Amino acid sequence: MAYSNKVIDHYENPRNVGSFAKDDPSVATGMVGAPACGDVMKLQLKINDQGIIEDAKFKTYGCGSAIASSSLVTEWVKGKSIDEAALIKNTDIAQELALPPVKIHCSILAEDAIKAAIADYKQRHGN
Amino acid sequence: MKLPIYLDYAATTPVDPRVAEKLMQFLTMDGSFGNPASRSHKFGWQAEEAVEIARAQIAELVNADPREIVFTSGATESNNLAIKGAAQFYHKKGKHLITAKTEHKAVLDTMRALEREGFEVTYLDVEASGLVDLNKLEAAIRPDTTVISIMFVNNEIGVIQDIAAIGELCRSKGIIFHVDAAQATGKVDIDLETLKVDLMSFSGHKTYGPKGIGALYVRRKPRIRLEAQTHGGGHERGMRSGTLATHQIVAMGEAFRIAKEEMHAERERVAVLRDRLLDGIKDIEQVFLNGDAVQRVPGITNVSFNYVEGESLIMALKDIAVSSGSACTSASLEPSYVLRALGLTDELAHSSIRFSIGRYTTEEQIDHTIKIVHDAIGKLRDMSPLWEMYKDGVDLGSVAWVAH
Repeated sequence: MAYSNKVIDHYENPRNVGSFAKDDPSVATGMVGAPACGDVMKLQLKINDQGIIEDAKFKTYGCGSAIASSSLVTEWVKGKSIDEAALIKNTDIAQELALPPVKIHCSILAEDAIKAAIADYKQRHGN
Repeated sequence: MKLPIYLDYAATTPVDPRVAEKLMQFLTMDGSFGNPASRSHKFGWQAEEAVEIARAQIAELVNADPREIVFTSGATESNNLAIKGAAQFYHKKGKHLITAKTEHKAVLDTMRALEREGFEVTYLDVEASGLVDLNKLEAAIRPDTTVISIMFVNNEIGVIQDIAAIGELCRSKGIIFHVDAAQATGKVDIDLETLKVDLMSFSGHKTYGPKGIGALYVRRKPRIRLEAQTHGGGHERGMRSGTLATHQIVAMGEAFRIAKEEMHAERERVAVLRDRLLDGIKDIEQVFLNGDAVQRVPGITNVSFNYVEGESLIMALKDIAVSSGSACTSASLEPSYVLRALGLTDELAHSSIRFSIGRYTTEEQIDHTIKIVHDAIGKLRDMSPLWEMYKDGVDLGSVAWVAH
């Protein structure tokens, strides 16, 4: 698989790997994918009272581009409001990483992970 | 240390320098370049003599008569010639064939081709160990079964089938028995005087010979007959026409001579390295050895690392040349059909790595491999949500995954 330098960089030096405490009320968690499909992404966002994403962490089981997509997303969402983060599109991720066509689903999964985390936040904050 | 480290000897082996030197003596004007079929001059006689020496060297490794060895372009052609040749020649006796689901594609696709010609094929399930159950094989035999094809050593997992017992069964039922021995030569003792095998395929390049050359053993007593698949000048007693590739044949002969001389010492040396590798990775949690733990060749070790994904594992192991059961490394989207036949889940099949050790593997290379594997698994598991859940005691089977 011929990957772009950006994918290789994110794969070899993934940003923001890890987990936040699940019981922290400011933490929202989105988990998408399935082991049988070969990709599972867990994205966690730390969101302050103003609805700004202060920090993000991920863990991903998947191929190089799945790891790179989730690593990139953690960089992009930091400092954004949840409404701004919800606007991140898979096409932006795929373009930034120059993903090959067979790996576009990795960028879709990363977008889904953001949406799932935001949905988790809204559900827990009754909004 | 030179990187990457070659640990893919089951895919192919480098040509032994002693073999390469021999090969080069049969190419140029100064060498024995003649056509072995030329009967009218010294050039031809010299080449023919060299071919017959090589034929005897190959026969000696497997304790056969040189007249039972037919040269081909490789084990794939040998498998095609053996199975199609026997099935077609004996088609009036019956049109049912049996093989196992874990055979090489050269056997499975040959069987598929015969199905299109009106033959019926039973693809036998194997046990979780990768071994064929003799009782299940016997139960699959029908009155119209003419050919059974079972490999000696599996190329992906290295398990050794009980060829002696399967041979006895086939002989007692009057069924022709073909064995793909591409991965077996120089690794296990083969004695065709005692084994009840009728046809056996060999490869040059899996045993430190060149690519593009192989052989088929065709038993003389009782005599086995084949329908030729390549027609022409009637070379190789009419079974395989085409000018003999003298240089490759001589090289394969030399490679098999060396194999006979050195195989026992080599097997011990490789086993020590294999044990060193297994010992070095045994403290990693959730590692599974694929295939029978005892009935195996030391050169092939296939393991699955749970909770890491195959392609990212291959990326992390870029300094070692290994092969993977993961679909991501091949053109198809399915993980290894051999590992699936053993009953592995998709996830475990995807995260499998085949380490194959050979003549030029060193202790230093194994030690470095152990380190690379530890680093890769550690890094990928730190990143894996599945590993985290496993460590938290979550039953992954009970999670409602959103498949995509």
